[in-house]
Amino acid sequence: MSDLREIYQEIILDHYRRPRNFSAPDEISHEASGHNPLCGDRIKVFLRVEDGVVQEVGFEGAGCAISTASASLMTEAIKGKPLDEVQEIFEKFHGLMTDQKEDPSVDGLGKLEALSGVRQLPVRIKCATLAWHTLQAALRQSESSAAISTE
Amino acid sequence: MSTTELGAISEAREEPGVAPFADEDRFDVERIREDFPGLGQIIHGKPLVYLDNAASAQKPQAVIDAVAHAYTYDYSNVHRGVHTLSQRATEAYEQAREEARRFLGAEKREEVVFLRGTTEGINLVAQSFVRPRLQPGDEIVLSTMEHHSNIVPWQMLCQETGAVLKIAPIDDRGDLDLEAYEALLGERTRIVSMVHYSNSLGTINPVRQIVERARARGIPTLLDGAQAAPHGRIDVQDLGCDFYTLSGHKLFGPTGIGVLWGRESHLRSMVPYQGGGDMILSVTFEHTEYNEPPHRFEAGTPNIVGAIGLAAAMRYVSALDPEQVRAHEQSLLRYATRRLQEIPGLRIIGTAREKTSVVSFLLDGVHAHDVGTILDQEGVAVRVGHHCTQPLMERFGVASTARASFAFYNTHQEVDRLVEGLGQVVEIFSE
Repeated sequence: MSDLREIYQEIILDHYRRPRNFSAPDEISHEASGHNPLCGDRIKVFLRVEDGVVQEVGFEGAGCAISTASASLMTEAIKGKPLDEVQEIFEKFHGLMTDQKEDPSVDGLGKLEALSGVRQLPVRIKCATLAWHTLQAALRQSESSAAISTE
Repeated sequence: MSTTELGAISEAREEPGVAPFADEDRFDVERIREDFPGLGQIIHGKPLVYLDNAASAQKPQAVIDAVAHAYTYDYSNVHRGVHTLSQRATEAYEQAREEARRFLGAEKREEVVFLRGTTEGINLVAQSFVRPRLQPGDEIVLSTMEHHSNIVPWQMLCQETGAVLKIAPIDDRGDLDLEAYEALLGERTRIVSMVHYSNSLGTINPVRQIVERARARGIPTLLDGAQAAPHGRIDVQDLGCDFYTLSGHKLFGPTGIGVLWGRESHLRSMVPYQGGGDMILSVTFEHTEYNEPPHRFEAGTPNIVGAIGLAAAMRYVSALDPEQVRAHEQSLLRYATRRLQEIPGLRIIGTAREKTSVVSFLLDGVHAHDVGTILDQEGVAVRVGHHCTQPLMERFGVASTARASFAFYNTHQEVDRLVEGLGQVVEIFSE
């Protein structure tokens, strides 16, 4: 039971039940879709980036507690951050999920630390990283294609 | 489809006044469990409850021993050497074919082809039997509840030949609509390929009627027996089908081995599926004379020891009292259905009139993967996901389900452990 509570922490359940930024912003400069073939879950991540800063971010989709909470916490973590800082957060979080070290650093991750319990579940790490890889895909869009998707 | 509909239907299955353990179940399950060393393990500090049998089954010691013995004492290549070990291996391999013939109730040993499993069986029939007979516009009849392995090979064939798929619908319980199925059969139907027992819903298809209605129009039939075979011997003569295929690993045997049974006249009419050694009579660079069935379809060194292990599994299953096995599995199904329905917010997907011991379900507000993870932490192994039946999931308007599938070695106490585990899920996810 203690293991389960470590994975399904209150903050994760809270973000699962009430995901934050759970809609597309009115104006979008970048977006991408992600798919986890293991469970069939799909997610869409939307961004409005201006002057190199994530002004708005949102997501849509249906997923498990881990993927939904991770997406929700991600949007909170990157909103208002310059892109180089977003990249740093991504790398730290990705490191936390995939690092083989016994006790990896969680410095600067804030609430995202709540997802560290997922490390115990190798088959579920993809659930936690789905939104993040989708974010990366969205940011990799060139400015021109980003402009096309702006409405 | 509404939840209430499903609930009402499931309730109707219950026989009032029958205590869960006091039905016709006289199967000595504790004795049987001793034969399966894998079942005695501790997972996350708790005794394993293995309820993922529809994905793959645990192995009895008899199978493990047969495999070890074959590799230790009787191992060499088959159908080649004149030396003793090759003769022993050939004998054991062909004896395994005889065992498979018996298990399937087939008339002749030559009608039994060893291959990797059900998937390869379906692909072989698609490529070697159906493909040469297909014209653009010809039709292949499947059902909504097929596994991807009984959809994709036909789709590929349709793309190549211009043939089209016709899908027989099911109702909200998961029963095949026989009338709608029959209406699909026509002049252009070249094959009916259908699942015997559904892996996702547990539906036992009325295969005799399915076959009969096709046969009346001269249409050949292939039955996917991957889920049916683990529940007891098959009688292909009685079923009347043209082809039947199964997988060893679901039948308590090794992985990478399975059987395709086909009528001798069909097999003789079929071109080889793969070329190589052992499938030929003579080869020149100008021409090759193919071997007779079944060897025509077993190019290359076959899974010799897999076949020997599968034969041991078939012997094991055949030695059990089929009536006792059936009564025990049905008792588990009834008990699990009743206990699961007691959980608020749980909805069972698949309530066919005749079901095998498979229960697919959804829990309100909880994703199937979270159910699977929490149950695993409780030592309970279930399958979560789409079960390789995405069109079927779409039919029921769900992305995935959790599935508990029971084998004869499962117990009523294990159903209780599943229910307790789901209690944990509910507790964690309740506000």
